[in-house]
Amino acid sequence: MCATCGCGDDAGVRVYGPGGHAHDGHAHDSHAHDHDDGAARTVMLQQKVLAKNDRLAEANRAWLLERGIFAVNLMSSPGAGKTTLLERTAREAGAQLGLAVIEGDQETTLDAGRIESAGAAVVQINTGAGCHLDAAMVAQGLHVLEPRPGSVVVIENVGNLVCPALFDLGEQARVVIASVTEGADKPLKYPQMFRAADLVLLAKVDLLPYLDFDTARHAADLKSVSPRAEILPVSATTGEGISAWYDWLRQRTSAPR
Amino acid sequence: MHELAITEGVVEAVTERLPDARISCVHLEIGAMSGVVADSVRFCFDLVTDGTNLEGARLEISEPSARCRCRDCAAEFEPDGPIALCSCGSADVAILAGSELRIMSVEVA
Repeated sequence: MCATCGCGDDAGVRVYGPGGHAHDGHAHDSHAHDHDDGAARTVMLQQKVLAKNDRLAEANRAWLLERGIFAVNLMSSPGAGKTTLLERTAREAGAQLGLAVIEGDQETTLDAGRIESAGAAVVQINTGAGCHLDAAMVAQGLHVLEPRPGSVVVIENVGNLVCPALFDLGEQARVVIASVTEGADKPLKYPQMFRAADLVLLAKVDLLPYLDFDTARHAADLKSVSPRAEILPVSATTGEGISAWYDWLRQRTSAPR
Repeated sequence: MHELAITEGVVEAVTERLPDARISCVHLEIGAMSGVVADSVRFCFDLVTDGTNLEGARLEISEPSARCRCRDCAAEFEPDGPIALCSCGSADVAILAGSELRIMSVEVA
């Protein structure tokens, strides 16, 4: 629990650095107290509910921009292939991109282990009961990860197509994975998530011959919720389309290599 | 269930702004396209306020409806559901209202 304000919502959050060492830091912005004299019955606040998260996200964004780091908030449903895609990305383009990963899961350090084995720097955040990462958790993660200037940081959010959509983490881009095994109707079912996407990776396309997945309908439905989102079909198993994903990342990194 | 975190955010923000006040009512604005379910916030509210200076407070939520403007034909319309499609067929719309997620005011006992 935070000793300053007593907030306990992140009491269950754990951050694991390389080697599985747990850090229990608590990133916090300054507490702006606006003391009321108690005489007024109604106090106007006119404040965004997510104001604190948005403030912390802006601080993360400024921190990342100062260092020329390109940060991606990678979101999808559980099992869509976020970690598998990142494993392949780490192996094939990790060194060139300077890839570092923040892994978000409710429990376990399994995904961090996979990314570490694939050769990228990684920090695992366990959210406990939490269903999404927030900007404070990412601030802690960045502090432990210490990504080098000019690198790419991928923040793998908790597998969930609902809650993570609301929380700005300070990323420069939002990438949503839609895997073909989930069915083509996901953009219409989860419009909040897909509306905010800069890029949609249509994953597991190697399985298309075995599925009744209408790629044209998926693209049209995505366009109806997010007219500006790009789509890249990829397979982390066969490597189909994967170089376009690396190019997409490479084009957005600023530092000379 | 991000509404739990959202409701915790409300309590934290109010406690931060008015640390010594006993709060009797909280007025929120949760727009139709905010991605937050007002009923879920109501469900969480008592649980989250327990033991804080908002304990026992009433929760009043106004739910502004959505309003969009088409970037192609400039028509303004109220979308039917969470997917904003203009009658001209375009999905390229600006959300003018309905994405609000705000603490409007509180009443101090």
